[in-house]
Amino acid sequence: MATYSTMEMMIVAAARELEDGKSVAVGTGAPCAAAMLAQKTHAPNLVIFFEAGGVAPILPQMPISVGDSRTTWRAVMASGMAEIMETCQRGMVDYCFLGGAQIDPYGNLNSTSIGDWDRPKVRFPGSGGANDFASFAWKVMIITPQDARRFVPQVDFVTTPGYLDGPGARERAGLPENGGPHRVITNMAVLGFDPQTRRMRVESVHRGRTLAEVQANCGFELPAAPQVGETPPPTEEELEILRTQVDPLRYIIGR
Amino acid sequence: MEVIARGEGPLFSDPDPDKLRTFFRQKSRALTNKVTTVADAVRRFAHDGDYLAIGGFGANRIPTAVCHELVRQGRRSMIFAGHTSTHDFQILAAGEVFDRCDNAYIIGLEARGLSPNARRYMQSGKVRMAEWTNYGLALRLKAAAMGVPFLPGRNMLGTDTFRKSAAIAARDPFTGKIVTLFPALSPDVAAIHVHEADVYGNCRLRGISIADLELARAAKRLIITCERLVPTEVIRAEPTLTVIPYYLVDAVCEVPYGSYPGVMPGEYFSDEEHLRLWLKTEEDPVAFGRFFDELVRKTKDFQEYLDRCGDVRRIQQLRAQELLLDAGQAR
Repeated sequence: MATYSTMEMMIVAAARELEDGKSVAVGTGAPCAAAMLAQKTHAPNLVIFFEAGGVAPILPQMPISVGDSRTTWRAVMASGMAEIMETCQRGMVDYCFLGGAQIDPYGNLNSTSIGDWDRPKVRFPGSGGANDFASFAWKVMIITPQDARRFVPQVDFVTTPGYLDGPGARERAGLPENGGPHRVITNMAVLGFDPQTRRMRVESVHRGRTLAEVQANCGFELPAAPQVGETPPPTEEELEILRTQVDPLRYIIGR
Repeated sequence: MEVIARGEGPLFSDPDPDKLRTFFRQKSRALTNKVTTVADAVRRFAHDGDYLAIGGFGANRIPTAVCHELVRQGRRSMIFAGHTSTHDFQILAAGEVFDRCDNAYIIGLEARGLSPNARRYMQSGKVRMAEWTNYGLALRLKAAAMGVPFLPGRNMLGTDTFRKSAAIAARDPFTGKIVTLFPALSPDVAAIHVHEADVYGNCRLRGISIADLELARAAKRLIITCERLVPTEVIRAEPTLTVIPYYLVDAVCEVPYGSYPGVMPGEYFSDEEHLRLWLKTEEDPVAFGRFFDELVRKTKDFQEYLDRCGDVRRIQQLRAQELLLDAGQAR
């Protein structure tokens, strides 16, 4: 049995969600590793977009910035931010990857501030492109470590829309139809959203963790989906590609 | 149009397209030589209280020399477009150049981490803010570039980001759907770093354009820094490659390696060691004060800063990284 790190499990779980022939907007870090791994395994025709303008690069190594030159290495186009965001808004981007300092049961994300917005206790970068991607992409993927301080009943600031306050809320607010969060991949589990209530639930638990542990490390009630199994662990092949081709310098998997 | 909701954040600039037309009516179309120093360009075109926007993407193709010079000349009370800003924000926050900010992406340096000093500044209460998104600000620049008062988008709806912005949610009269209206943003002054320019300001660049094509057309005054000046004949031989035409430009400054410590596509990669040093030093405000004085406030110009950071030898190493060359012992 292969040994692997939690980060490797998260990257592999995220990669498997990406279908061949679809398109994904990624940032740096784990999402980029997941997209590269998917491309090199089951999804060779996955189109990768970078927020600042890179379209379908053949990534030679992990970018440090979503605008650095790696994001246009052997790419089909070096464009601009409006081009990428409008491709999303037009409906041509299937997945995006996001994170945040806080997340609530509806998948709303806070990356703006903790405490009063005017005089924040802690200030974060703000939306960047996150609100845009979460508004436009068909399926929003979230990768984040899980604990009760991060998974809160109510975020201090809704930077980025999940399902807002429940079923139909996105559409009522005017957001494009049929979008929203799809999966939350944590260090303990793969979480999804109940199609009726739009609230977060447990889909599968990573090997070595228990459902009770996943639920305990969450600041709100986290029910289990009807069939909760174990997240299939990384295969030897996935780990080999991840370690030798995707991130040989261990920028991400070394964390 | 039926207004559904109004953001409660401040609008720091006037979106009136006729005022903008009046401004552009008197802007020179003359083919004149605009080559000057960064110090002169900043003195003439960037004033206290101006709305300022910086091109590029944080540490990718940024006009570092202009950011330093704004600090050196002690610019104050500016309004900043915090759009995809990272190392540029770090410099301008350290210099306390701005006291109002349209926040889209600030404080962070992407995968490298957050700037402790910029964070302290934004938590100090000294800065009035509005929240936006990267695409939201790009749309605002695009509206100004188009000469229209606003553009619609389908982002920001239903969120606190909208609530703290100065956008308006309205019902689209064609479909009845709700859209966000983004007011035009015409910065008083912008600075963009490009690969090549002629003496009049016709510009070429390689790699991604980010929001610079919109920014160049939206800004009232535009300072260009370039890796190298090229003869106008080069521009006219292949006009397809011109992305910024000269009549938008007020000053042209030749600043080789001018995006350092950021990336310049096809030329040199970002100096990650130097950026790490900034972030590390910022943890201690006193040590950072000295560091910032030595590197920025007390240096004469960008060349002196570059000298202290390793000059051409360091750039050679970064060029090898950018081009994925194995230069072996030669480096």
